[in-house]
Amino acid sequence: MIRYFMQRLLFACLVLVSLSVFVFFLFFVAPGDPARVVAGDKATEAQLEQIRENLGLDRPIIVQYGSFVSKAIQGDLGYSYRNQQPVLDLITRRIPATVSLVIGGVIVWLAIGIPIGVMSARNAGSKKDRLGQTFILIGLSFPTFVLGMLSLYCLYFLPRKAGFMLFPAGGYKPFLDNPADWAWHLVLPWTTLALVTAAIYARLTRGQLLQVLGEDYIRTARAKGISEGKVIYKHAMRATLTPLITQLGADIAFLLGGSIVIEQVYGLQGVGALAVQAVANQDRPIIIGVVMLGGLFIVMANIIVDLLYTLLDPRMR
Amino acid sequence: MPLIEAHNVTIRIPTEDGVIYAANSISFSVEAGEVFGIAGESGSGKSVLMQAITGLLPGAEITGEVLFQGQDLLKMSQKELQDLRGSHIGMVFQDPLSSLHPYFTIGSQITEMIHTHRKISAEEARALTVDMLEKVGIEDAESRFDDYPHQFSGGMRQRVMIAMALVLHPPLIIADEPTTALDVTVQVQIMDLLDEMRRTFGTTVIMITHDLGLLANIADHAMVMYAGTRLEIGATESLFSNPAHPYTLGLLKSSPSSQETGGKSLEPIQGNPPSLLDRPRACIFAERCPQVQNQCRSARPPLQKYDDGAEALCHFSAHDTQAMTVDTGLQKSASKRPIVVDVQDVRLTFHAKSMFGKKRSTEVLKGINLQIHKGETFGLVGESGCGKSTLARVIAGLIPASAGEVTLDGVPILSVTGQRWRQMRRHVQLVFQDPVGSLNPRRRIGAIIGDPFRIHDVAHGAEQKKKVQELMEMVGLNPEHYNRFPSEFSGGQRQRIGIARALALKPSLIIFDEPVSALDVSIQAQILNLMQELQRDLNLTYLFISHDLSVVRHVCDKIAVMDAGQIVELNQSDKLFAEPTHPFTRKLLDAIQDPPPLQESSARKLVETEPAAAVFDGAVMEASL
Repeated sequence: MIRYFMQRLLFACLVLVSLSVFVFFLFFVAPGDPARVVAGDKATEAQLEQIRENLGLDRPIIVQYGSFVSKAIQGDLGYSYRNQQPVLDLITRRIPATVSLVIGGVIVWLAIGIPIGVMSARNAGSKKDRLGQTFILIGLSFPTFVLGMLSLYCLYFLPRKAGFMLFPAGGYKPFLDNPADWAWHLVLPWTTLALVTAAIYARLTRGQLLQVLGEDYIRTARAKGISEGKVIYKHAMRATLTPLITQLGADIAFLLGGSIVIEQVYGLQGVGALAVQAVANQDRPIIIGVVMLGGLFIVMANIIVDLLYTLLDPRMR
Repeated sequence: MPLIEAHNVTIRIPTEDGVIYAANSISFSVEAGEVFGIAGESGSGKSVLMQAITGLLPGAEITGEVLFQGQDLLKMSQKELQDLRGSHIGMVFQDPLSSLHPYFTIGSQITEMIHTHRKISAEEARALTVDMLEKVGIEDAESRFDDYPHQFSGGMRQRVMIAMALVLHPPLIIADEPTTALDVTVQVQIMDLLDEMRRTFGTTVIMITHDLGLLANIADHAMVMYAGTRLEIGATESLFSNPAHPYTLGLLKSSPSSQETGGKSLEPIQGNPPSLLDRPRACIFAERCPQVQNQCRSARPPLQKYDDGAEALCHFSAHDTQAMTVDTGLQKSASKRPIVVDVQDVRLTFHAKSMFGKKRSTEVLKGINLQIHKGETFGLVGESGCGKSTLARVIAGLIPASAGEVTLDGVPILSVTGQRWRQMRRHVQLVFQDPVGSLNPRRRIGAIIGDPFRIHDVAHGAEQKKKVQELMEMVGLNPEHYNRFPSEFSGGQRQRIGIARALALKPSLIIFDEPVSALDVSIQAQILNLMQELQRDLNLTYLFISHDLSVVRHVCDKIAVMDAGQIVELNQSDKLFAEPTHPFTRKLLDAIQDPPPLQESSARKLVETEPAAAVFDGAVMEASL
């Protein structure tokens, strides 16, 4: 078991190293002069030369990569070209907004998606099932930004026009300052994120549950005289947890790397918004930092999901 | 007073394809303390009947009356039935691995049922469970309480299921094919356990099975179902030694018996069971009945009642139910014929590797020696996991052996590679167990059977089609069905497709890996007969793998018994059955349960003939609406 875990950890490190090589060299071959980005359009050739020397850009790429890795291991991801702030600081400052969005979103989408999937599966083929399927289809085919604009219009703009404030248009308020205010500001982003993602979970739950309900051990549970609710929520849902957790792990990790569209629509200063700005500014250290952070989340999530498997499925112990 | 009494139970299940007529006016009664058997082939409605009356099929429409301890089950609400299940009616299902929840410990699965029906503390429930687990023969029950189902063997899992069904001492247990998924020696243990528990607790058992031999040996009364209809009911002894219905007789004649010697061909019931989507009219068995008359196709049969309590749904009385035994006179001489396959000291070891772990190795075949002569059928028997299928794959050249040599028609095959290997593949063909899983559902059968011609560049286009159609005719398929998909064929027909494909290249050896174990007994007999006909006409050589000794004895000239990767006994089939020398062979033989031999003439008297209208009560009522 521990050996398996160490193996996975080693593999995760390999993935991160390959990712860093890929991103680093991608930017080296990409067009554009970082010194120009730092100094601005009016800088002279001598000034640019000076900046290149300061940033170490005149050294061979292997040396540059080596120094990047040795600093990164010590927690130093370099400095932004634009405002000379440490990249790590910039990212850490953005993490609370992104994490808040993801945590709330996960709770809402599970609370919507799973019950709809269960309802569909229990009444497969009936009107209730078709209702659930319609929800799934709409959710899957709606682009996130359209849904975002729509909810902004209906829940922010229309009430404002009528003279009251139902939900704010966006912005992030720190949780520790005022939890109620934090939640109030996040209601719209959460709902938008959840509605789009809940459809995927409703479909997954429906499919898995339909399969499990046909299993022999469900018949055994009914033959034991257990109530139907317990048959569904204890026996059947227990067996659908594994695929749900797999999907959830991947989704959370992906969103923690920055949810670009939703953060843009609602003006949340999260990791996704930072990435957008960095790309627009050609701020390479920040881009590399955000990419590595996303990679780290995904690799970690995979390890955690694998560990959860062994907890959830006694056959894998 | 009977514990359970069913009157005219009719079950309709509405589906997308139409209404399934799953049970038609079924009546039976079970006395307290007896074992009541329900026999029938798959699709006969035997499981559906029991699940429907206990409320496990909420989609079914049921009419009639089922009195259990004086109360009508069919009038009960879902909640009342739910309270009855587990506490008053225990159930044991076929496959103990899939019937136990893989994510919960066996202890918690049993205590959950206790807590559902009784208000007692967790400690008391645990004590009750451990006590019951010990009674059903789980050793060290206290410590195994927290183990998961996958940590038990098949037989042990079925013991756990039985403990679960019995823990609340229900007056009735419904056992639905409780031993079908188990090895033959384990089957005997489980049946003994059920019988012992029945005596200890006075439980009544309803046993659903397709295995007539099993039923004949344990049940007091039994009914035979076919396409949702009860064709015969009566005391087991007379039912099986002296059947009153042609279907029961047909079933018995198509079962290979371990008492019989090979060479005599079985008498299959021709045709396939009818679709349950058609409303039953006339006699439901008429299409397959050997003694069918005009009235069978036009009128519903009356119920014939006999003096010994037996009842049969037939236009004729038991005296007419006679059939002749066909003896094909096929007796193979054990003369010296050329050796087709020679297996010399074949060994196979699997190595399990992991990145950091130690190498583990498992010896699957431990020095196998055997010879198969031209034109003979060589049987390979053993329990699951003994290595018989692995040996077959080595002989077919699909798995390389670790040591030893296999020669086919004098040519060593284990060392060949490349083009020579492809050449060799022509000479050994396989037919597999599962006729559904082994045919690609998206390819037409013409293409499936024609594959060997294409792969080995034998014939193309019109010539290939002609050859395929000849093969189809040879195995009893309609050549016009050339363009159909496998799903359009029944299980028995699919196995014919598999045989046609195997025959295509005129192989030196055909390996049959459990070719009939997925088929119903009446269909099984058709396939076994086809195999024997083809062997006689084409002088084929067979390697026949099976766990079913009766089938093996019926078709094989020589039998090798395998246990744990070794051949423990090898002899002519009749000698092996007459004088088994190895203890494992004896154990296997002791586990066989045969129905009693058929008696010459009927000793019973017909006492009453109840006209059809009363019998098909439900159907008549519907028709008049």
